Amino acid sequence: MQAFTLTRPADTKSAIAAASRPDSAYIAGGTDLLQLTKDHVETPRQLVDLEPLALSRIHATGARLRLEPLARMSDVAAHPAVLRDWPVLSQALLASASPQIRNMGTMGGNLLQRTRCGYFRDTGFACNKRVPGSGCPAINGENRMHAILGVSDRCIATYPGDMAVALNVLDADIELTGQPGVRKVPIGDFHREPGDTPHIETVLQPGELITGIDIPSPARRSHYLKVRDRASFEFALVSAAVALDIEDGTIRAARVAAGGVGTKPWRLAQVEAALTGKSPDAATLKAAADQAAAGAKPAKSNGFKIVLLKRTVLRALQTVSA
Amino acid sequence: MADGSVTRRGVMVGAAGGVVFSTPRARADENPPATDAIAVKLRVNGEALHLEIDPRTSLLDALRETAGLTGTKKGCDRGACGACTVHLDDRRIVSCLTLAARCEGKHIRTIEGLSSADRLHPMQAAFVEHDGFQCGYCTPGQIMSAVALVKEGHAGSDGEIREWMSGNICRCGAYPNIVAAIRQAASAEG
Ligand SMILES: Cc1cc2nc3c(=O)[nH]c(=O)nc-3n(C[C@H](O)[C@H](O)[C@H](O)COP(=O)(O)OP(=O)(O)OC[C@H]3O[C@@H](n4cnc5c(N)ncnc54)[C@H](O)[C@@H]3O)c2cc1C
Ligand code: SF4
Ligand code: FES
Ligand code: FES
Repeated sequence: MQAFTLTRPADTKSAIAAASRPDSAYIAGGTDLLQLTKDHVETPRQLVDLEPLALSRIHATGARLRLEPLARMSDVAAHPAVLRDWPVLSQALLASASPQIRNMGTMGGNLLQRTRCGYFRDTGFACNKRVPGSGCPAINGENRMHAILGVSDRCIATYPGDMAVALNVLDADIELTGQPGVRKVPIGDFHREPGDTPHIETVLQPGELITGIDIPSPARRSHYLKVRDRASFEFALVSAAVALDIEDGTIRAARVAAGGVGTKPWRLAQVEAALTGKSPDAATLKAAADQAAAGAKPAKSNGFKIVLLKRTVLRALQTVSA
Repeated sequence: MADGSVTRRGVMVGAAGGVVFSTPRARADENPPATDAIAVKLRVNGEALHLEIDPRTSLLDALRETAGLTGTKKGCDRGACGACTVHLDDRRIVSCLTLAARCEGKHIRTIEGLSSADRLHPMQAAFVEHDGFQCGYCTPGQIMSAVALVKEGHAGSDGEIREWMSGNICRCGAYPNIVAAIRQAASAEG
């Protein structure tokens, strides 16, 4: 591991100032960062510890939810208001990692977790995301776990997280604080497709700090379904997050997103359009789910995700409209 | 083992250090160049522990290599197996992905802190009674996880126990016996 110093800032301002220096990284739960430093994928010389900032509250006020960046995955998942009003969020978190990791992992770090592409995490291989311009061995190599949506000819790595998929159907805003000030970014714009620059994964600027996640309204009729190679403690092959507003037998609004298939959490606009204004009957749900893989570009070993995605979305839709 | 004697621990380290699959980089990792050591005060099993450590030191390595508490095991060193599970301020965590330098002033409980005098903790006794292990390597992590699981209220059914033990892998496959041990210890407590 690259040697580093550990800085414990007194407040947000000094944290941002410290992290704006070159070769610096924030450390929250440390569960992804320390894996990456152990494997020499990331080589920061300074870690800026976020724990002293004590930004770990969960505010559920009326219809709104605000999550501070250091709130632990386990605490958010078990919060009574989250269980009642945002079940999709609790379910996505409980389907993530292990109880131990969920006691450590935080909201901010979770959003920024990096891909599980094996080539990316092994410095013995080329990888455009780790070393821009070095090539992508996954495109013609081991790609069973890789993305079918949002891929480019530079990178086909999947965004691996679950929580961000749920946040996409909750229309969350990510609050970012940097030296110029505070800004809010809709979750759908926070992660980026790889394009020609797969090493740039989000809109976060150097030194910028995630200071909150804001969710504007409840989504009681919502659900997260994750399909994986083993029953638990595994990343998604495919997952689906669904939130429906059904009134008088009609779907007024539908928000649907998928994980495990996209280079970023993938909102399924065509599925949503096929549901809106219809009655949630079996034929409607099936026709909508059939749109889930629109635009998919599979590689050699991940074509199975097309069928799996449609079926996962259908099952999730059936669960919430029952 | 300067005196050349063979201890069980020496054999384990030797086996893990067989480095057949280890890349030169990973080997360099085991002997990182020294940086300025920092002073850290931990509370481990109720006792104060003063350490002078490299900021990179994991809590797992601090416990095993510096404090000599080798009950906590290193499996993957990447959060994926649970062998290194300890309690940090009463919550179960993986010590391999925890920096010891960030544990200043925190309470750490390891497998060594579970029994009182010569009496096993009820969870340890249940593992013995139900044969909840074969080689025993994963067992300290399993037991630390299981003790936390019962406290969290996640021992309601065998299915719930399995899900909430999913962070602890047992390569010997002692799972049915582990579940039986936890079920018994939980019902004895409840
Ligand atoms: C074995 C294992 C299995 C896992 N399985 C799953 C799974 O099934 N599903 C899933 O979704 N996840 C899974 N994860 C990933 C896990 O959820 C993440 O590692 C965790 O959420 C990261 O949070 P952290 O606080 O530990 O982040 P850290 O490791 O501390 O940080 C991660 C990154 O975020 C940056 N950062 C952290 N906080 C902020 C902030 N507030 N502002 C700006 N930058 C910040 C850090 O600089 C770093 O670059 C798994 C992890 C492990 C180890
Ligand atoms: S898919 Fe992306 S992350 Fe994986 S090797 Fe190719 S460029 Fe690297
Ligand atoms: S050694 Fe820590 S989880 Fe495997
Ligand atoms: S008893 Fe051998 S790994 Fe679990």
